[in-house]
Amino acid sequence: MTPPCASTSARPRLLPWAPLLTVAIMVGPVAAGVLGTLAPAFGVLPALGGTEITLDAFAMLFDWPGITRASVLSVTTGLIATTLSLLVVSLICAAWSGSAAFRVIERALSPLLSVPHAAAAFGLAFLIAPSGWIARAASPWLTGWDRPPDVLILQDPQGLSLIAGLVVKEVPFLLLMTLAALSQIRTAQARDTAMALGYAPVSGWFKTVFPRVYAQIRLPVYAVLAFSMTVIDVALILGPTTPPTLAVQILRWMNDPDLSLRFLASAAALWQLALVIGALLLWRVGEICVAWMGRRWVASGRRGGGTRTVRLVSLLAATVSAAAIVFGLFGLLVWSFAGFWSFPDALPNGFSTRTWMRHAMGLWPVIGETLIIATVATLIALLLTLACLEAEDRHGLKPGTRALWMLYVPLIVPQIAFLTGLQTLAIFTGLDGNRTAVIAVHTIFVLPYVFLSLADPFRAWDARYGSVARALGASCDGVLWRVRLPMLLRPILTAAAVGFAVSIGQFLPTLLAGAGRVQTLTTEAVALASGGDRRVISVYALTQTAVAFLPFALAVFVPAIVWRNRKGLRHV
Amino acid sequence: MSDPGLILQNITIRRDGRVLVDLSDRIDPGDVLTVMGPSGSGKSTLLAYIIGTLDAGFTASGRVILNGIDITDLPPEQRRVGILFQDELLFPHLSVGENLAFGLRPTVKGRAARRDRIETALNDIWLSGFADRDPETLSGGQKARVALMRMLLSDPKALLLDEPFSRLDTERRDMIRTLVFDQARAKGLPVLLVTHDHADAAAAGGPVHTLD
Repeated sequence: MTPPCASTSARPRLLPWAPLLTVAIMVGPVAAGVLGTLAPAFGVLPALGGTEITLDAFAMLFDWPGITRASVLSVTTGLIATTLSLLVVSLICAAWSGSAAFRVIERALSPLLSVPHAAAAFGLAFLIAPSGWIARAASPWLTGWDRPPDVLILQDPQGLSLIAGLVVKEVPFLLLMTLAALSQIRTAQARDTAMALGYAPVSGWFKTVFPRVYAQIRLPVYAVLAFSMTVIDVALILGPTTPPTLAVQILRWMNDPDLSLRFLASAAALWQLALVIGALLLWRVGEICVAWMGRRWVASGRRGGGTRTVRLVSLLAATVSAAAIVFGLFGLLVWSFAGFWSFPDALPNGFSTRTWMRHAMGLWPVIGETLIIATVATLIALLLTLACLEAEDRHGLKPGTRALWMLYVPLIVPQIAFLTGLQTLAIFTGLDGNRTAVIAVHTIFVLPYVFLSLADPFRAWDARYGSVARALGASCDGVLWRVRLPMLLRPILTAAAVGFAVSIGQFLPTLLAGAGRVQTLTTEAVALASGGDRRVISVYALTQTAVAFLPFALAVFVPAIVWRNRKGLRHV
Repeated sequence: MSDPGLILQNITIRRDGRVLVDLSDRIDPGDVLTVMGPSGSGKSTLLAYIIGTLDAGFTASGRVILNGIDITDLPPEQRRVGILFQDELLFPHLSVGENLAFGLRPTVKGRAARRDRIETALNDIWLSGFADRDPETLSGGQKARVALMRMLLSDPKALLLDEPFSRLDTERRDMIRTLVFDQARAKGLPVLLVTHDHADAAAAGGPVHTLD
């Protein structure tokens, strides 16, 4: 017996190939890129005269005076940012899940997630800088400062501001992943049982729910770790400069007109990959240790307490992290309209639209380019995702755990490690430096997010609607187009919005695949960082945020309008 | 029509080697065969096999013959077997009228003709003027009637019922049950009812087959 939709058509059947194609699109470039990094790292790049395997590039790398510092920075920022984000997220869930406050947090999540990393980082920078809003608010009445203090807060050598910038953006991401995991486990039951046995809510949650939740969010956590270790745009804005983080230094070498530095850049990219793998292994060991201690803690039977303290602390942490983004954006808004604004005034002397007017002409083509790239990449990702999910149904191609790992390959293998190689390959094949190349590379990163956000709702659809429609005379395609997709309009639009936001946020892929010739809002905004003109930066960062946010708004309003008289679809 | 009725010929359905369903029977036009059994006994699996949507995880053998035609290898949409589930499963994105139009065969041509046909159908189930309503705003009994009518409009040659009355309260259950069986008898449709409710079996009045 074949599944109901597998046979009967004489047309060439493309659908069964969709999963394979999708995996190829995600994993192929990563593998090719890593190979493209590997060869020059060991001195092999015939086009630049490298024909023999040597370790010269590695020797150069380890002779570079900044190597220790840059490597340590990469590891510490990654581990600390990931630990803090995970801690905040699990404390919030432990202390608040199921409460009214939690639903407020849930609702605030999507807009916070849609804020691009670069915009959030600029916002945070303008808050915490010596001349930022926080210092202004406390001056001179509290601090006595009448000029910005000469302290290195931004781009501090320890990478603390970089870590802060990462945490405020990773908390919403991990929280979203945790919520998805929580909805699959009957958490309320487990916690209520624990509470009936006399456990305090927080310890009850950590003892009964957390282990199962963590098993589900492990891959996202790994992605956060790898991302935090190798992020470029946030590091360019908030990270240390002399030396910068390893990833930033690699980009400098890549962009150097001296092409022979490509060997060094490739070796460094490989070293970065090794650091990420090492950190992941370290994290895994940490997991095992925590699990061991956790078991002993569970076996001890201690009921725990301190619920109120944890509630307070976690809410404070969540609020600070959300406020950093919200006030950051608000700060950008004020700066973009600011006239003369001297320290320590909390607000500018006057407001004007001058900065916006002056840059409007330059903004439009960049907005257009950004939208084209994001739209095409999202459409490709959406099409492939739907084809995969439909193929899964029609042909019984059920993905296993390994397929899930495939989805995370582009998210865990650091961008700098394989994009470096991809660009090296692209230069000598002449495939880079245009919009198509940028779209192709964006698709690699958009695809996993679109898939992850659409898979659950698509699979949760009640298949009996399909049976009924078939029995009423609809074909397989008829069921898909006339019943399933319309019913799933809201999750499809949400997935598209997620994909859109991911594409808009991409910095390194745009820069490398576009060879610096394709300009999006993100590359422009980050390029402005070194100039330090806060008004212009604000204009670009705000535009970037608005463009990323718009699809989320559409994903809420379009179904609300289209299905305004359809109560049954209000919560899909 | 040679040999009218629904014939289930040596139907065996297995999962992981275990036999879930083993059934041979025939249902004459207007008659009802009731299949009873606890949940998980494979009742719904049997129906999925007959309508052609059985999951690939099952292995099944045997033939389904409807009015002399072997429909075992036909795709579901060509079998002309109607089904009603426990839930009404009205398409939530379509209005009541559009739900009925989804069922109505395309052989009824022309917008006006189709609209008239649907208005008549709504009238038959005491829901005149409901065409533009959101199905979600209907009561349980009203939804059940729309689901029944949607299926009848697709002009099925046999009727499968998957515990379709169990969600309704006692009063409505009798009414809907009578309506369904009357319609089936009037149209001369063989009916296969799966249920765990003895009252359903008694109301159906036909032979009872028990799965375990």
